[in-house]
Amino acid sequence: MYNKVILIKDTDLKRQDKTRDFYTHLLDYLRENNLHSEILLVRVADIGVYDKGLVLKMLPDRNTYINVQDTDIKRIVDSILQGKIIEELVFRPKVKQHRIVLRNCGNIDPENIDEYIFSGGYAGLKKVLGELGQQKLIEEIKISGIRGRGGAGYPTWMKWNFAREVESDQKFVICNADEGDPGAYMDRSVLESDPHSVIEGLIIAAFAIGASKGYFYIRAEYPLAVERINKAIKQAYAYGLLGNNILGSSFNLDLEIRLGAGAFVCGEETALISSIEGKRGYPHPRPPYPSVKGLWGKPTVINNVETLANIPAIISKGGKWFAQIGTQTSKGTKVFAVTGKVKNSGLVEIAMGATLREIVMDICGGTLSGKPVKAVQTGGPSGGVIPESLLDTPVDYENLQKLGSIMGSGGMIVMDEDDCMVDIPKFYLGFCVEESCGKCSPCRIGGFQMLGYLKRISEGQGKPEDLAQMRRLSVAMQKASLCGLGQTASNPVVSTLKYFEPEYNEHILNKRCPAGKCSHLVTYSIVGDKCKRCGLCVINCPPKAISGDKEKGFSIAPEKCVKCGRCVDVCKFKAISKD
Amino acid sequence: MEHKKLNPELVELVQKWKDKEGNLIMILHEIQNHHGYVPRELSLELSKMLDVPLARIYEVITFYNYFKLEPPGKHRIALCMGTACYLRGSAVILEEIKSILGIQEGQTTKDGLFYLDAVRCLGCCGLAPVVMIDNKVYGKVKKNEIADILSKYIKEE
Repeated sequence: MYNKVILIKDTDLKRQDKTRDFYTHLLDYLRENNLHSEILLVRVADIGVYDKGLVLKMLPDRNTYINVQDTDIKRIVDSILQGKIIEELVFRPKVKQHRIVLRNCGNIDPENIDEYIFSGGYAGLKKVLGELGQQKLIEEIKISGIRGRGGAGYPTWMKWNFAREVESDQKFVICNADEGDPGAYMDRSVLESDPHSVIEGLIIAAFAIGASKGYFYIRAEYPLAVERINKAIKQAYAYGLLGNNILGSSFNLDLEIRLGAGAFVCGEETALISSIEGKRGYPHPRPPYPSVKGLWGKPTVINNVETLANIPAIISKGGKWFAQIGTQTSKGTKVFAVTGKVKNSGLVEIAMGATLREIVMDICGGTLSGKPVKAVQTGGPSGGVIPESLLDTPVDYENLQKLGSIMGSGGMIVMDEDDCMVDIPKFYLGFCVEESCGKCSPCRIGGFQMLGYLKRISEGQGKPEDLAQMRRLSVAMQKASLCGLGQTASNPVVSTLKYFEPEYNEHILNKRCPAGKCSHLVTYSIVGDKCKRCGLCVINCPPKAISGDKEKGFSIAPEKCVKCGRCVDVCKFKAISKD
Repeated sequence: MEHKKLNPELVELVQKWKDKEGNLIMILHEIQNHHGYVPRELSLELSKMLDVPLARIYEVITFYNYFKLEPPGKHRIALCMGTACYLRGSAVILEEIKSILGIQEGQTTKDGLFYLDAVRCLGCCGLAPVVMIDNKVYGKVKKNEIADILSKYIKEE
């Protein structure tokens, strides 16, 4: 059994030899001193720290050492044995992730309720049932200032309070785990690696409003999450945390799982309710809000996975503690799934108020290609694109809204210079058009028409007046659509028009795609002095548009070229240019 | 007489869910898990057992992307077209699969071996672009690897 582990990052190409030498030296040192059965040396692909020389991470102490030299070997090993830290080598990141929602992820066995309880789980529920009571519980949540993490950011305590005040023979709580936003997976991660924290949150929510029945609405596309929640619910029943007389109190609650079936609109509260009722996921006009009239006409509270995972922590540590974290209007932390053209893609949990630049550049290491960031997109298909110049904005609900985006559920997509700002909104709008339920016309027809404009622009058929028409359409969709999907579907278009209008004009007026993404507007040509005349592109060109010979060189006939890009893929000398 | 035709598994399934409200979607899930799609005969029987019009059942099946009315191929190829995968070139991968297999999204190859599905997000954006064949996930897929990946499944036959 190894007591200590040293992780060494060995994927830095610039210093491959040095890393290998260091690894051998360290291993030799451990063997010489007979420590190799106590300290395990593991080579890993990534520690999340870049351009800081040789990086080591010590487990279980979780210290990261940077710029480590061969001469440091002895003192590092000594410090591990003595349980000390070498201050001058320790890496102290500018922005630290702050883990509340992800507190247990990766640290406990998600299929073992005892591990959750051992790490302080269900203590919040005990406190709520024992000393707090409904009134004080809602008061505590109010003090914490937590707002819904599913997108709109509605204060959680208000939702609960409305439902509590309504008189009804039955009330429901629902956990919204229908994470349909492409490019976001924080809910899946929480459900799979810490299911009990969500269940505990849901039990507390049920107690707050006096519900006796709760549902987990989970995407069928997440089989592991379904399985883990299923297991966790069974364990909770066995421990008396669900069912009748929970923890000896008079409070009863039953929990059940309902599966989604691949409809994005079902993430919207009223559509989700229809789906649980076994019907088409059509949204309904609000009011009445679900807090008053929800599932089967009864008061219903619907909370997002991340919101619920926060609740046990708030109860155990107090609303005041939570309210200290974050900004004036947005308390606590937010988990983002940072993906796209980013070096260190993954889940990041930061205190609200950290800037986008800190998240993208410092925590996630900037772009994969090393090219400058062009824009960051938040909020998925309902959000907007934020240009590089505004990356210093602190992240909270209000700030993102001011920029024309939204917090959303937490998808954050990083784009570099190779991404076209006409193609991106086309992609998102295509998604919303496909996922529109078709009930109301502003969303059904407006989205379709808008997509038509974008398609024409990307194919070089756009007209200058199209932009004004798209702006008009987006206002109509925002104002007149029935639910959040239609109201926000035009956000990607509006925000790219706001920040990247010149790029639209380039497509419309000059029939050029600066990023080289819109295939209709790209012309391929062979750069004479880079071409080594190997002829590989000629063999691989499907429509045989490349002609010439090894003496005179080759050229592409534009009228024959179908712009498939195969020549670019096969050319080893990068001699094909796209313009 | 009608009752004899009823599929015993379906009867059991319906019994399990009958008393629960809003059970239709859950029953359809179980049918699809078992058969890979929702056969029309079962929908007809279900309609009788639950006393729900067939149109109501089809209304639900056709609304949700997850439910299929046709039997899928032996291997289901799910190509992720989520944002992260799209940015890292999943459109190119899709074209490549389509040209190799000669089918469009939502279709099955003539030999019934592959069914191609362009899905929204598989939730592993860190591995983009992602292709999932049955339950095996292929991450960071490159265009020139597609033929190799597919041929493995063809050779198995």
